[in-house]
Amino acid sequence: MFTFFLKRLGVMALTMLCLTIVVFSLVNLDPNLRKLSISQTNMRATDVEIESWLVNNGYRDPFIERYGSWLGVWPRQPNIDEKTGEAVSRFKYCDDPTVPTFSGVLQGDFGCSTKFKKKVADKLIPALQSTGWLMFWVMAVMIPSALLIGILAGMREGSRTDRSLSIISITSTATPEYVSGIFFTVIFASWLGWLNGSAATATSKGITFYNFALPVMTMAIYGMGYIARMTRASMVEVMTAQYIRTARLKGMGFYAVIIKHALRNALIAPFTVIMLQFPWLLTGVVIVEIMFRYQGFGFTLVQAAGNNDIDLLLACSLVSVVVVLVTQLISDVGYAYLNPRIRVK
Amino acid sequence: MEFLSTFDIITTTLVQLWPTWLALVILVAASFAFQNQLGLYGRLFDSGVGIVGVLIVAFWIFTAIFADIIAPFDPLDQIVVMKNKLPGAIEPGSGEAFLFGGDKLARDVFSRVVYGSQIVLIIAPAATIFALMVGISLGLPAGYYGGKTDTILSFLANLVLAFPVILLFYLLVTPGITETPIPYAMAGLFFLFPIVFFVTLFYSRYKKRAEVLWIQLAITLTLGGWIYAGLVFDADPLGIISIDPNELNIFVAVVFATSPAVFRIVRGLVMDIKTRDYIAAAQTRGETPWYIMLWEILPNARGPLIVDACLRIGYTTILLGTLGYFGLGMAPESPDWGTAIKEGSRLLRLYVHPALFPAAALMSFVLGLNLLADSLREESMKD
Repeated sequence: MFTFFLKRLGVMALTMLCLTIVVFSLVNLDPNLRKLSISQTNMRATDVEIESWLVNNGYRDPFIERYGSWLGVWPRQPNIDEKTGEAVSRFKYCDDPTVPTFSGVLQGDFGCSTKFKKKVADKLIPALQSTGWLMFWVMAVMIPSALLIGILAGMREGSRTDRSLSIISITSTATPEYVSGIFFTVIFASWLGWLNGSAATATSKGITFYNFALPVMTMAIYGMGYIARMTRASMVEVMTAQYIRTARLKGMGFYAVIIKHALRNALIAPFTVIMLQFPWLLTGVVIVEIMFRYQGFGFTLVQAAGNNDIDLLLACSLVSVVVVLVTQLISDVGYAYLNPRIRVK
Repeated sequence: MEFLSTFDIITTTLVQLWPTWLALVILVAASFAFQNQLGLYGRLFDSGVGIVGVLIVAFWIFTAIFADIIAPFDPLDQIVVMKNKLPGAIEPGSGEAFLFGGDKLARDVFSRVVYGSQIVLIIAPAATIFALMVGISLGLPAGYYGGKTDTILSFLANLVLAFPVILLFYLLVTPGITETPIPYAMAGLFFLFPIVFFVTLFYSRYKKRAEVLWIQLAITLTLGGWIYAGLVFDADPLGIISIDPNELNIFVAVVFATSPAVFRIVRGLVMDIKTRDYIAAAQTRGETPWYIMLWEILPNARGPLIVDACLRIGYTTILLGTLGYFGLGMAPESPDWGTAIKEGSRLLRLYVHPALFPAAALMSFVLGLNLLADSLREESMKD
């Protein structure tokens, strides 16, 4: 078990290294750097000015050095003032040091956001907290309802309940967030006026049912169908097992069999599915936060990508990749833990 | 300005779609008449879910084919007086109604939804087919050989899968990237897979029968090379096949994001099938590994792959919509459903209709595909 864990951690580290190199090279493509320099110099810069800005700010240093200094294995160099020849801070709004220092991700320094003019950590941590709340409520709504639908449908395969619940879950998997968001906004905000079509106030004034129900509903619907279908499939399989029949033949009540014998085994598979659902939720988070103007992680990611904010975008990708890999790990380990027939070797 | 009543809007819309209804009637009549000879497709008509799935998907296919006849207006035509008009408003110039109203640039929403189906129904299935080709070509050796091949390919697939889709698209489908050779290099790589796939497919079986092999190889290479030249280098000598750089970029990004998932499925299926007796029999006969993979394993994995392809077209449609929703790739005036939803949702609190109809269209198409996949799965499990 321990070596399995170590091996997995090694693969995770390698994956993160590869992915950050890919992201790093993509954000440093020439058109992207030019876009950054134009937005940062705030002027109609000529090609020469753009080039000199890029050189002065260290964007033309060798790729390995720049990636190394982002990672923290190569010293971060300050800028050199053209006129005085003195070393000056590279990002004044972040108090970047004026002497070469080892300060990268490995040291816990995620760099400086050129769009928001502050340290990446100062921007990203509140955003992640906001998204954490969104995720929490989405999970709190999605998982119980999905499991309930799946169990009710899978309890008696082929029954009328099963068919109608299956249609409902198929429909929900066919409704991406940007479609259900529009339907719900039209129904609940425009026509009925029960809910707020924007979650912008949730950041400043706190989360209420009025401003938070729509984003949570929108996100929960898309993921719910998939989990429900997996639960149903797993439930159907369990219900045909010998030990369920034995329990029934003993004279145990139908619902007692479900609760005492079937559920325990039927819920192993959905657990994996729920864990693997996190990466999908990440896309949902981005759509929903843009749609309902909620200042969270997805909103930050879009801002970072739209403005080619290199450090912020790298930090965002690191966070999302960590989320994906950690949930994969939890799902594997948890599956082995829950299912005694499978033991990790 | 005059408006049609709700009842008139519905009837006029139904009348406007007459080519689709006609084609659907012919399809359904033919399907029922020859149901017993049509194999898996025929058996779809045994269940209600299957019929509904086929009907919805066929509805959109026919609508896309007959878009020129169905749509009363040009999807890009701006008729200023019709700006943000509610559904059923009659355009004074032609006397034709804007059945689903006008959007904020005064274009006919109905015609845009109809023309949008063309874009979606070309890109989504085509990208899925390419993703299947890439996934199959890499998944077969990974599952069959195992060992190092498997380790390396699986690591690469997991690498792509660990990338959140949305971030991948933001990095790969930015406007700047079309200035770099990256999309073309990726297209060059991905579009090679179908050619290599078919060449290997024919070679592994007919290598002893040169007269058959040469014809097949010649056809594959000519057709493949023609499409390849048209798509990757935009140098089709006949000028039939060409693709907009933006659309190529989207296409490549979607193939890149979907093929690892196909790879995983194929790999799993191969690992299961290769333990069967008929594979051992083929190995004993001395067949080459690629013959076994392509002519013994692949045909026996087709059931789950067809179901997956169906679901995946739906998923790709959703991905395309996501791209459109974020304004990535597609031109802002493009009538595809995702872009239309984005444009419409900006004014959602004032005017509902510009976003509502494309959203309903997208949802119904994906729902049709999902129902189809579900009933295909049930039917193929009965075997």
